[in-house]
Amino acid sequence: MDVAFRRLCVVFAWLSVLLVAFIVLRIAFAAGPAMRHYGGGFLSGRTWDANRGEFAILPEIWGTLYSSLLALIFGTLFGVAAAVFLSEGFLATVLFGVLKVFGIEFHRVWGKIPEQAENLLRNLIELLAAIPSVVYGLWGLFVVIPLIRPACNWLHLKMGWMPLFGTDLSGPGMLPAAIVLSIMVLPTITAISRDALTSVPPKLRMAAYGLGATRWETILAVILPTASRGIFGGIVLAFGRALGETMALAMLVGNANTVSVSLFSPANTLAALLANTFPEARPSDVSVLMYAALVLLAITLLVNVIGAAILERASAGLEGGKA
Amino acid sequence: MRMVAWTCTALAAMVGMTLVSCGGSSTGGVKLQGAGASFPAPIYSKWFKSYSEAHPTVQIDYQSVGSGSGIKSFIDKTVDFGASDAAMTPEEIGRVDPALGVQLLPMTAGSIAITYNLPDVKELKLSRQAYAGIFLGTVKKWDDPLIAKANPGVKLPDSPINVVVRADSSGTTFVFSQHLSAISPEFAKGPGTSKMPNWPVGTRSKGNEGVTASVKTTPGSIGYIEYGYAKSQGMPMASLENKSGEYVAPTTASGQAALASAQLPDNLIAWVSDPEPKDAYPITTYTWLLVNKKYPKTKLTVLQDLLNYCLTDGQKEAESLGYIPLPASVVARVKAAVGTLQAAG
Repeated sequence: MDVAFRRLCVVFAWLSVLLVAFIVLRIAFAAGPAMRHYGGGFLSGRTWDANRGEFAILPEIWGTLYSSLLALIFGTLFGVAAAVFLSEGFLATVLFGVLKVFGIEFHRVWGKIPEQAENLLRNLIELLAAIPSVVYGLWGLFVVIPLIRPACNWLHLKMGWMPLFGTDLSGPGMLPAAIVLSIMVLPTITAISRDALTSVPPKLRMAAYGLGATRWETILAVILPTASRGIFGGIVLAFGRALGETMALAMLVGNANTVSVSLFSPANTLAALLANTFPEARPSDVSVLMYAALVLLAITLLVNVIGAAILERASAGLEGGKA
Repeated sequence: MRMVAWTCTALAAMVGMTLVSCGGSSTGGVKLQGAGASFPAPIYSKWFKSYSEAHPTVQIDYQSVGSGSGIKSFIDKTVDFGASDAAMTPEEIGRVDPALGVQLLPMTAGSIAITYNLPDVKELKLSRQAYAGIFLGTVKKWDDPLIAKANPGVKLPDSPINVVVRADSSGTTFVFSQHLSAISPEFAKGPGTSKMPNWPVGTRSKGNEGVTASVKTTPGSIGYIEYGYAKSQGMPMASLENKSGEYVAPTTASGQAALASAQLPDNLIAWVSDPEPKDAYPITTYTWLLVNKKYPKTKLTVLQDLLNYCLTDGQKEAESLGYIPLPASVVARVKAAVGTLQAAG
């Protein structure tokens, strides 16, 4: 039976590898005519005009990377902070103190509250991952955009000289898309970072306290660096997710073919372009879209490879616990 | 042991394959499969559902995958009938299997409304130059003289116009850009007629619902959506100047007036890109069902019966769903075309 199980695993493992290879090959094959026709100019031009047969995806490449990076910056800040909060027992300590006032901190039922509260919070954050993309998109349209518009337009009015605030926010645009995207990648970052933080050996923490470090010094100088490999891993995973996210971005990013550093300008992403164009594409346009899909695949692969390389480098220097 | 192991593996793999490959099995009745345009999908679903309820042995599936995919599936023969807002181009018709042939049937029609968000403006009239200019990006502010001239007594804000267009390629955009190309030479030379033209202005939102949401939440916006959708959402709709210089609001009657002005040629493909009558709403279009000229006998009887139902009783449901019922003269022409479909040996 063992042998059967092992073979089954091998078969399925190879099947998934073959499936990926098959998908890449099919896309590359379908993209062939467009690659020959448009070549490298496809990556550097800015016009997408099906009527004239001019296709280029620089704005989409820029928008994909820019929105993912912004989302990653917000997402990492909040995600890692939430992971530290959840794994270091801040909430539990506070609740424990409250219970202590009533003298029931070791009570059979009440005494479990601190731990339960942390579990609840963790599950709530992980629940964010279960919300459908289209719901995020609608929420962004009806809640986020009206909410941030006054602030954005004020920033544009007062600080419009900064390229970051160079345009006003008329509706869908880069910032709302990045904000919603960061919430979407938050659970990935938090869950993985939290696992990494809780698996830091307790002896390190003890040693740090023993050397006279405060709680914050311990967290910042010992715990976080030790868990850095796991945290980076989470970030790379989140980046991959952000690059491929389609529905919410198609609804929020504005889908305009512009290349702008302004946070408030509408932009476009590769995945959104594919989702918007594919259903009604003429047979002659399909090849162009396949080319765009291939570029998206290449970007995702590149990000993962670079991420893995950074992971190797960064964590080698930061991890103290290996000794 | 080795033999057993391999047998188990093979068995498991086979079970997996069967699960994947085996869809539902046929139940003896007639099953018709269609795919295509999303614009008429609500009324098609309603028709097909009512028909299936009256004829329990008939099962009709309609997937609203978009006109482009509908045409493709129809040419590839993966569906029994297709549906398209943009009819079919001669090139596409040429790719249909000549042994089966293709007949386009107008089934219903719809208008495209220009919706806006101006909190203090109750009624907006837009001249031809004004709305063509807005979507070309040459009319940039709400108090532009071109807009003000048609709206005496209306206080228009001194704010920029935020243009919202469809991001996804769609039949609605095709019809809208076709109309703009018909009334504005600049538009025809610039963006042109397309399911997804290269708009010179505006943010782009996905689907009718996306455009509606963007317009609704952004004061000073303007966008185009299907009339039925605008009506159901209670969106304000601008009256547009038609070819005779009259300002007409989108309604069922003004849509029918537009349809009545067009002569249907033998292939039943007519565009109403710029109707002339005084009471005609300028942006109105048919939407077509694509059927083969030959079907197996059983399917043919059911299909003809179904189409006749859609053209008679079905038309009565059009108005409540926001579509424009076909004029009687058109119904007669389409029915005649349905009658010419043949049974294949």
